[in-house]
Amino acid sequence: MASVVRMLPTPEAHDLIDLTYELADKELAMKVDEFEGRGEFPREIIRTLGRSGLLGLPYPAEYGGAEQPYEVYLQVLEILASRWAAVAEAISVHTLACYPVAHHGTPEQRQRWLPEMLGGELLGAYCLSEPAGGSDAANLSTRAVKDRDRYFVNGTKAWITHAGVADFYNVFARTGGPGPKGISCLLAPSDTAGLHVQARERTMGLKSSPVAQVSFDDAAVPEDRLVGQEGEGFRIAMGALDSGRLGIAACAVGLAQGALDYATAYAKDRTQFGQAIIDFQAVAFMLADADTQISAARALMLHAARLRDHGHPYSIEAAKAKLFASDMAMKVTTDMVQVLGGAGYVADHPVERYFREAKVLQIVEGTNQIQRLVIGRSLAKD
Amino acid sequence: MKIVVLVKQVPDSGAERNLRPDDNTVDRSSANNVINEMDEYAIEEALRLQEAHGGEVTILTMGPERASESIRKALSMGPDGAVHVLDNALSGTDALGTSRVLAAALQRINPDVVLCGAESTDAGGQVLPHMLAERLGIAALTGARKLTVEGSQLTIERQTEEGYEVVTAATPAVVSVWDTINEPRYPSFKGIMAAKKKPVETLSLADLGVSAEQVGWTGALTGVASHSKRPPRSAGQKVADSGEGGVQLVEFLTNEKFV
Repeated sequence: MASVVRMLPTPEAHDLIDLTYELADKELAMKVDEFEGRGEFPREIIRTLGRSGLLGLPYPAEYGGAEQPYEVYLQVLEILASRWAAVAEAISVHTLACYPVAHHGTPEQRQRWLPEMLGGELLGAYCLSEPAGGSDAANLSTRAVKDRDRYFVNGTKAWITHAGVADFYNVFARTGGPGPKGISCLLAPSDTAGLHVQARERTMGLKSSPVAQVSFDDAAVPEDRLVGQEGEGFRIAMGALDSGRLGIAACAVGLAQGALDYATAYAKDRTQFGQAIIDFQAVAFMLADADTQISAARALMLHAARLRDHGHPYSIEAAKAKLFASDMAMKVTTDMVQVLGGAGYVADHPVERYFREAKVLQIVEGTNQIQRLVIGRSLAKD
Repeated sequence: MKIVVLVKQVPDSGAERNLRPDDNTVDRSSANNVINEMDEYAIEEALRLQEAHGGEVTILTMGPERASESIRKALSMGPDGAVHVLDNALSGTDALGTSRVLAAALQRINPDVVLCGAESTDAGGQVLPHMLAERLGIAALTGARKLTVEGSQLTIERQTEEGYEVVTAATPAVVSVWDTINEPRYPSFKGIMAAKKKPVETLSLADLGVSAEQVGWTGALTGVASHSKRPPRSAGQKVADSGEGGVQLVEFLTNEKFV
């Protein structure tokens, strides 16, 4: 496997990356086929990663986080994704689900929930999309009506990763008038009466990651579970999504790297016409292009992360990173299946899985069309 | 409860390992050096004892300078501190010499329980726990697949080929463990950070009152006289089935005593 040369900001970041490789090789690589085959969510593995400190990487140490900059956190995600994309996605989604409380919660809310969230004991989900639309989030229709000390939530959320396995759900619901300013963020525990997880979606990839609709039928959420002020929900959701997009970019880079590593090893081993197929230019160029594209995507992702780490605006760069990395991952995984030929089309080799998994990255956390819209609008504004 | 875990740094058993041509010792410079796998189970068992009964866990390692990497790795799992016996004169020490040095170090620490892996992946002699117990005049409970502690009474299930034996002894005692005893934890990121600040005491032979003549090449009673590469695997025997293939297979298995 071609080793990735990483520029890391601190010695402790090197230690963290070493630990991540150890976990990736010993825990994830060994078990991915089994869990993906069964479509079983690896809750215990996620807990192990949590106990090792990987579930609260970008959050403050006082709540049990590791206070790592995004450039380090994303490289951890990338390594995990190169072995098992669903686990990396789970950590990305969980980190996203911790964002509202960590950034907009009151000190009491942070003290109460963050330690268990960041330690991996509580797993989070993020409920923004609805059946009628995910891209047009500002027009969401789930309602939360306050009655004395509780909000009663009614509506249905769609495409919810960790549906049924999460311990808490960030629910974005309308508490006010139409448009973005009428939306609030509520943190609903999984045992909320009236919160119903619907039938699991039969997804193309990431089969160990449960995705389903979650419906709310007069679900009562105590008022002290409102995160931020009423009407701040859309702003919170969009802020979290900027960070979430970087997480998806990292998953895409890792996924593509995993596919390239596998295809490269295969191409060195596989002989045709008396020589290793990597010695045929047709194959070597495909691998070289993939390697180059992966490096470019990683550089773009890390640039956006470093902007974020230094307090600069980064949402446009995050959109570019998510767009470029996920389109790259689709192209690279397609080509890596091609390198393996017929062998790449069967489930005996992981490139088949990588190929199926890449597709969703062009869709989640804002479709790539939405990313282009965001980037295009920023150009029009300048 | 005071617990010491013996940790040995060995070449990664998953990689190509060699002996040095000049002195027939394990070539540690070309290999990726790691904690002896079985020792990780001993560390885990020590941490579980500590969690259940309190006390402190100390890592004890004899080895060259670079063994400090393995000590830090061990500490990142949770032990409180470490003792590193480091002395140039130790090069070439055999098992008997090693037991002399470790026994001297253990006498300084005076632990209730000494935990170690049942064998190392490089030498694989399984003799050290016994030698240590003999030198210290304490019990050796070896090859444990389970360890329980009640007061000062230690009970192990000693793993055998047929099953297990129940063996008990009072503390202090040496307990060696197999990889069936538990599932070692991974270090945590916080543990890695904390390990950098944990105390590691470095001791020389002089500190331990062991003379250089008793260890190293001069003190070794055993040694490797010569070594050669394992011959490449020979081609297997092909059985072409012309009606009696089954009989030939059975004959082969019987001759090789597989059945």
